[in-house]
Amino acid sequence: MSKEPVAVVGIGQTKHVAARRDVSIAGLVREAARRALDDAELTWADVDAVVIGKAPDFFEGVMMPELYLADALGAVGKPMLRVHTAGSVGGSTALVAANLVASRAHATVLTLAFEKQSESNAMWGLSLPIPFQQPLLAGAGGFFAPHVRAYMRRTGAPDTVGSLVAYKDRRNALKNPYAHLHEHDITLEKVQASPMLWDPIRYSETCPSSDGACAMVLTDRAGASRAPRPPAWMLGGAMRSEPTLFAGKDAVSPQAGKDCAADVYRQAGISDPRRDIDAVEMYVPFSWYEPMWLENLGFADEGEGWKLTEAGVTELDGDLPVNMSGGVLSTNPIGASGMIRFAEAALQARGQAGEHQVDGARRVLGHAYGGGSQFFSMWLVGSEPPDA
Amino acid sequence: MTSEAAPGPRDIAVVAFAQSDTLRTTSDVSEVEMLMPVLHDVRAQTGLKTADIGFTCSGSCDYLAGRAFSFTLALDGVGAWPPISESHVEMDGAWALYEAWTKLLSGDADTALVYSYGKSSPGSLRDVLTRQLDPYYVAPLWPDSVALAALQAQALIDAGDTDEPELAAIGARSRATDNPHAQLKGPVPHGDYLVRPLRTGDCPPIGDGAAAVILAAGERARQLCARPAWIRGIDHRIEAHSLGVRDLTDSPSARLAAEKAGAFERPVDTAELHAPFTSQEVVLRKALRLGDEVLVNPSGGALAANPMMAAGLARIGEAAARIHRGESDRALAHATSGPCLQQNLVAVLEGDPR
Repeated sequence: MSKEPVAVVGIGQTKHVAARRDVSIAGLVREAARRALDDAELTWADVDAVVIGKAPDFFEGVMMPELYLADALGAVGKPMLRVHTAGSVGGSTALVAANLVASRAHATVLTLAFEKQSESNAMWGLSLPIPFQQPLLAGAGGFFAPHVRAYMRRTGAPDTVGSLVAYKDRRNALKNPYAHLHEHDITLEKVQASPMLWDPIRYSETCPSSDGACAMVLTDRAGASRAPRPPAWMLGGAMRSEPTLFAGKDAVSPQAGKDCAADVYRQAGISDPRRDIDAVEMYVPFSWYEPMWLENLGFADEGEGWKLTEAGVTELDGDLPVNMSGGVLSTNPIGASGMIRFAEAALQARGQAGEHQVDGARRVLGHAYGGGSQFFSMWLVGSEPPDA
Repeated sequence: MTSEAAPGPRDIAVVAFAQSDTLRTTSDVSEVEMLMPVLHDVRAQTGLKTADIGFTCSGSCDYLAGRAFSFTLALDGVGAWPPISESHVEMDGAWALYEAWTKLLSGDADTALVYSYGKSSPGSLRDVLTRQLDPYYVAPLWPDSVALAALQAQALIDAGDTDEPELAAIGARSRATDNPHAQLKGPVPHGDYLVRPLRTGDCPPIGDGAAAVILAAGERARQLCARPAWIRGIDHRIEAHSLGVRDLTDSPSARLAAEKAGAFERPVDTAELHAPFTSQEVVLRKALRLGDEVLVNPSGGALAANPMMAAGLARIGEAAARIHRGESDRALAHATSGPCLQQNLVAVLEGDPR
């Protein structure tokens, strides 16, 4: 079996903000889709199938919104799939779309992920009582804080590392016109002085709630040859899942994340990710997840991730830039956050990332995770096609 | 699949199917407890264990359970350890099967587990389903699923495409099934009007249930099943959401999906249709060009059991099982989603020549 190579030829995002009161859900998704098509210089008629993703329907209060959104996304008369894999959904949605191209079921696929959190209340959406089940402890931060503390104890990382990540990502966001938080007066001292929310996670080390959508146009080799701008090529992609809670789970560095990365590296022929990968867009909703995922993804040995962060390796001008776009810490339309990681990785590989472009980024990793650190999706994209 | 597909795709088959009984209420079991026996059953049919399966994909809907991320608990039931390659669609399991089919087509896996489940009993299903309508202009009016289907039925009657006696006959034929998993069977009266022109007998029972299927590619399928149900084509299409811009007496999306799936290339002997309302069978028979010689819904279809999110996957499973048993050689399976047949999937399954 030979798979069809998959190319990213169009990318579109909305300007992410706390509340887009000027557009409906349909208006929001159409804006991102239109920008992705414009980037690819294609029309709605060029799209063979649509794959859409978002986090729980309760976040907007619309059941299976893809039915209502079919018209807005030009999907009428076409196949339309709706993916939902918790927080990793933006990445998974892109991978499902990529597989439609790789399997040669469809030549050109529009994929989109969104969240319009202002339509409802995400905390409420996550807090519906489940009989005989442990509640999600004061939102996602309450669930993840103990795992961050476990990481600090395990590695001996100084408690200053988290604020370095937040300070870096918020500065990177200033170079990204689509980022939600543009904190022009940000300083490291301000991050460190922000209130403690879920010890050891401070207010400024958490992600915002955003309205936003992200779209990509994926196509086959023939489609890529017609693209007006350089495509990004998918060199590897994988999903892995493990149970939520069980005795053998390592919540600090889940096995599913390690296996997922290993599968992507195998497909892409990566033997040493630290050397062979030029930049990373990783899913960091709470700042400490940067050093944690650096280890989980194989960029640092166990216990060493925080040292890369502390040494400035992950800065925009560092040796391994991480979250050049400002990351989830600066922009978090939940269902779209994973796809933004994937799209930003592709923007870098295409050399189209503008002010936050990393010079010479040729192979870039996009990463997403969700649930209780149990769902992972990743892709590696490059400036050259996989067989070149 | 689409006509532009490259030459020589792999042959992929349904090799096992299992389903739960569909019950009006299952308050004594959780979704996971409802699903577990079905997963054990389908795996036992092939001898495969969780770790042997290359890809897993499921379909369900948070709104039925009334909470976010309801599918994550089902994953715990699957036993995803060591970690598995897995995905989920917020759709009927028939679409999860489509995703798994493309995964096998691309060569990334040789086997796939597809499952789906839904409990309608925790809420008022007619009310819950209104939440899938346009949230700004239509959902605030709370038009329920039976009322919308009644609009479609009345349009058909007005167009001269059917009448109430024909609808009654469809309901009676569907429930004259020996399917042990069916919720409603036997001489069910046509009943009183629920929403004119639909009577209770024209409407599906509301129930809880689960279904699971195993797919395998090429030789692997022959090792796992004596007579695999080869997927000769599968395609799905969606229409506009607003009822005001659609001809409710027709289903162009079902017709197009059937054409792309190759359903019209040769006659089928059996069709499993996901038509929750008697009137929708009339629409689908026309769109899918099913003549009287085709055996339609020997399982009883959605009029005998309509577990949300699993009823479409069960249609594919029922069609495949007939091929496994040698009762069919070429079958069409159909799944639907959305109000008044908005979205439709068609699969064409064949057994090896006998």
